[in-house]
Amino acid sequence: MTLLSELWLVTAKDLRIEARSRVTLAQVLPFGLIVLILFAFALDPDRGLLPKVAPGLFWVAVLLAALLAVSRAFSIEQANSARDGLRLSGLDAGAMFLGKALAVALQLLALEVVLGLGVVLFYDLTPKAAEVLVPAAVAATLGLAAAGTLYGVLAAGLRVRETLLPLLLLPVLAPVMLGATRAFEAGLGLNGSAGEAWPWVELLALFAVIYTTLGFLAFGPLLEEA
Amino acid sequence: MTTSPEVTGRGGSSQGRLLPAPVSVALGWASLASLVLLALFGLWGAPPDAVQGDAQRIMYVHVPAAWLAYLAFGVTAVASILYLWPRTRSTVWDLIAGSSAELGVLFTGLTLVLGSLWGRPVWGVWWAWDARLTTTAVLFFLYLGYLSLRRIPASPETRGKRCAIAALIAFVDVPIVHLSVNWWRTLHQQATVFNPQLNPEIHGVMAFTLWLGVLAFTILYVYLLDKRYRLAALEEGQEERELETAIAERVADATAPTPAEPTVGATP
Repeated sequence: MTLLSELWLVTAKDLRIEARSRVTLAQVLPFGLIVLILFAFALDPDRGLLPKVAPGLFWVAVLLAALLAVSRAFSIEQANSARDGLRLSGLDAGAMFLGKALAVALQLLALEVVLGLGVVLFYDLTPKAAEVLVPAAVAATLGLAAAGTLYGVLAAGLRVRETLLPLLLLPVLAPVMLGATRAFEAGLGLNGSAGEAWPWVELLALFAVIYTTLGFLAFGPLLEEA
Repeated sequence: MTTSPEVTGRGGSSQGRLLPAPVSVALGWASLASLVLLALFGLWGAPPDAVQGDAQRIMYVHVPAAWLAYLAFGVTAVASILYLWPRTRSTVWDLIAGSSAELGVLFTGLTLVLGSLWGRPVWGVWWAWDARLTTTAVLFFLYLGYLSLRRIPASPETRGKRCAIAALIAFVDVPIVHLSVNWWRTLHQQATVFNPQLNPEIHGVMAFTLWLGVLAFTILYVYLLDKRYRLAALEEGQEERELETAIAERVADATAPTPAEPTVGATP
């Protein structure tokens, strides 16, 4: 089998589990929307702050939801010793990493579409400059998914993984949070012009490439140890 | 229970000490002496700063603390690579990485606290979203997570590999964080508040005191690293011995049935 078909096997498995259990859809997505509503409580909508800071709030909501999505991606390997099955499957560890990260990324992208709609509706924001926002969101999501999957396997199988994962992952994701927020702000014309978004998109892409490479190399040894 | 005192602390592949005991003692005295000298120069020897007054004296410990933090994290990264490299794999590198990271977190925390104390009188605020400050804060949390990962009980091999990879993933993030924070704080602002402590025009007693601080803290680092390593190695030896004792007791229980009760269907 080629790397691609192995990769897709893992992605399809994770997406099939999601299609049947609907945990991301029924739990993570509503959680993200509640976070958006909580921000409205925290920053009184009448003060007109919400549309100005919407990109930041959107990405904080995505980041928190991503933590849950990553946790979920590895808790499905916990039951019935599925991780041992994965280890014995003979699939390439790098392909497994890419497959799991892709499944997380696809779920996060779907989540971002809904949360984006939520921001437009709740925060009274006019979407524009899709040619900037879409690449920024894709690059940020790939970075989130790659780093998340890498730390997910690092914390997998530990008794304290629910509390450890956010502490490990959130500081690492600081550049993603910064880059995605600034790119969205520039794209939406809230802070600078759309052209200023590109350095940030490049940074996000760089982050995604670095963490995908690291994950590709480290997933095998970490899966063995878990 | 039958272990002789000589064996204490020499369990497993990690031999008890990083440095010979006399060197360690000498380093301890050297760091104490240089720190006392630093205090004398920092508080009285160096003149007060023309602009910042006495507040500037905090720099004599703030800058060395920051230097030490970066040195410690660098040592953690190198030790982690040496652990992962199959030819140099040894528990020694894992314990050095952990000990150094602990010192790094301690001194990063100290850097942030000292910086805050200095920032209040000079900048007028405890905290500013300066690029260097923000990077340091992220660094603090990055390695705090690494230390939490180390505390999780696991066999030395599992812990070693997992933590070495985690240390390298964190280390790779540092330049990206630095770059992103730098862009963030400089892209839209005319001038960023900048630490003036390393101005090229400082000289004389002030520069000497600063270098003295760096030297004193470096000696202190080596001393503390040795001590922390020894503690970690002893802890590991202790765990191994406890395990051996427990196994020995089990074996003794199984092979020697209690004489009061008759053994039922004992298989050889």
